[in-house]
Amino acid sequence: MDRKEYDQLAEELKPTGHKVKNGFNAFLYGGVMGVIAQAILEFFMNVYHCSQKEATPMMTITLVFFACLLTGLGIYDNIAKHAGAGTFIPITGFANSMSSSAMDSRSEGLIFGIGSNMFKLGGTVITYGIVSSSLLGVIRYVITLFW
Amino acid sequence: MSSRFFGNSLKLENVYIASTGTTCGPLEFQGPLGSCFDKGFDDHYCGEESFEKAERKMLRDALDICLKRENMKYKDVDLYIGGDLMNQITTVHYLAREIPKPFIGIYSACSSFCLSMALSSLLIEGGFIHRAVSLVSSHNATAERQYRYPVEYGVQKKDTTTFTATGAIATLLTDEKTDVRVEAITLGKVVDYSQNDPNDMGRAMAPAAYDTILTHFQDLKRSFQDYDLVVTGDLSTYGHKILKEMLQRHKIDVVRYNDCGCMLYDLNQQEVFQGGSGCACSGLVTMGHLYPMLKEKKYKRVLVVATGALLSPILTFQKETIPCVAHAISLEVV
Repeated sequence: MDRKEYDQLAEELKPTGHKVKNGFNAFLYGGVMGVIAQAILEFFMNVYHCSQKEATPMMTITLVFFACLLTGLGIYDNIAKHAGAGTFIPITGFANSMSSSAMDSRSEGLIFGIGSNMFKLGGTVITYGIVSSSLLGVIRYVITLFW
Repeated sequence: MSSRFFGNSLKLENVYIASTGTTCGPLEFQGPLGSCFDKGFDDHYCGEESFEKAERKMLRDALDICLKRENMKYKDVDLYIGGDLMNQITTVHYLAREIPKPFIGIYSACSSFCLSMALSSLLIEGGFIHRAVSLVSSHNATAERQYRYPVEYGVQKKDTTTFTATGAIATLLTDEKTDVRVEAITLGKVVDYSQNDPNDMGRAMAPAAYDTILTHFQDLKRSFQDYDLVVTGDLSTYGHKILKEMLQRHKIDVVRYNDCGCMLYDLNQQEVFQGGSGCACSGLVTMGHLYPMLKEKKYKRVLVVATGALLSPILTFQKETIPCVAHAISLEVV
């Protein structure tokens, strides 16, 4: 059997994915996450009388805290396997990638373990986040020179 | 010395299985074959502080159980051959510090079980040694961490993923007659069908199993009919289907064929995706389940084809395809 024939055979027998279900779940969990975030935002604005500008980072920090806590308790990955992109795309996904990497490397100590491995997965988000925001900043600056 | 070469296969006459020890993790212990294993641990740490140490503890326990059955000490065995999935095959090498006898570390990914059994058998058959112990282990958390993602990382896994089995197996082989013997071995060659998805091992490894099974049958002029059961190591549900179809297209009558990855877990109840994988997968099923069945004479002869994907995460990121291998051992009632 040659490779082309093999690929054809393997494609035929491939387990059927759950793309529609995964998409729906991501929408649902992502939406719920948005509602929770909004509720936290309102809570800070109304109970602590913060401005929206002050309350937004506080809401983000709260979400990150709970994502890390749930990761540590071993609950986060059980939610994420259903939620998929619903928990992966929001900031909770980033928090989980860092805390799970840190937990994994705990046995190698603070410096060579947690310190150097914490950004193993999340590092790429930071790198390209900074690179793309710098690029966009330059573009924006150039545009403002003419407008 | 009476072994005979047939192509890539050898028929053996003086290699017997004297004893075995099997330990496993929680999920394997709760699985359909759980009661077959000598010892099951409640959690993945096995009372140790790291997963790596936990894997070593499982292997040490398996070895102790295996030798205790024959009232032997570490020094009574002539040679130890073992492998696992870690970089630098650390589980077996770090355990070997406690063994006062020569030790050979091997790496053949998930097919290490059959390779270590085959190498031990060859040295015994050749008359160079009297007793050898084959050691293999794998641990879900250590393998996940090295080959995939952190254990607690929340990611939706692909439907084709397999689940690395947690367990360790020690097998004592000897030239003194017992109930079950290693009757033939076929060493596989490395094949690559240009598969590059590290989350689809079944698809990558099926051609290697196909190649080794065909070679075995051609070399020894046998077919599926000559065995009470033929098992592949860890092709999982998907790879199992592909292999069956490949063999049938080659006009081979596939009967009494199963995959260890599908036998070790309850695929409907346990969350293991396509099924089990890892060195422990073929090892646990063979030594925990098939060996007792042979001893009770419920089976007369079984063929175990352990499959291994020899990938490295670094080369996968460099867009290299995955080389795979499969080694076969045939076990027979004396």
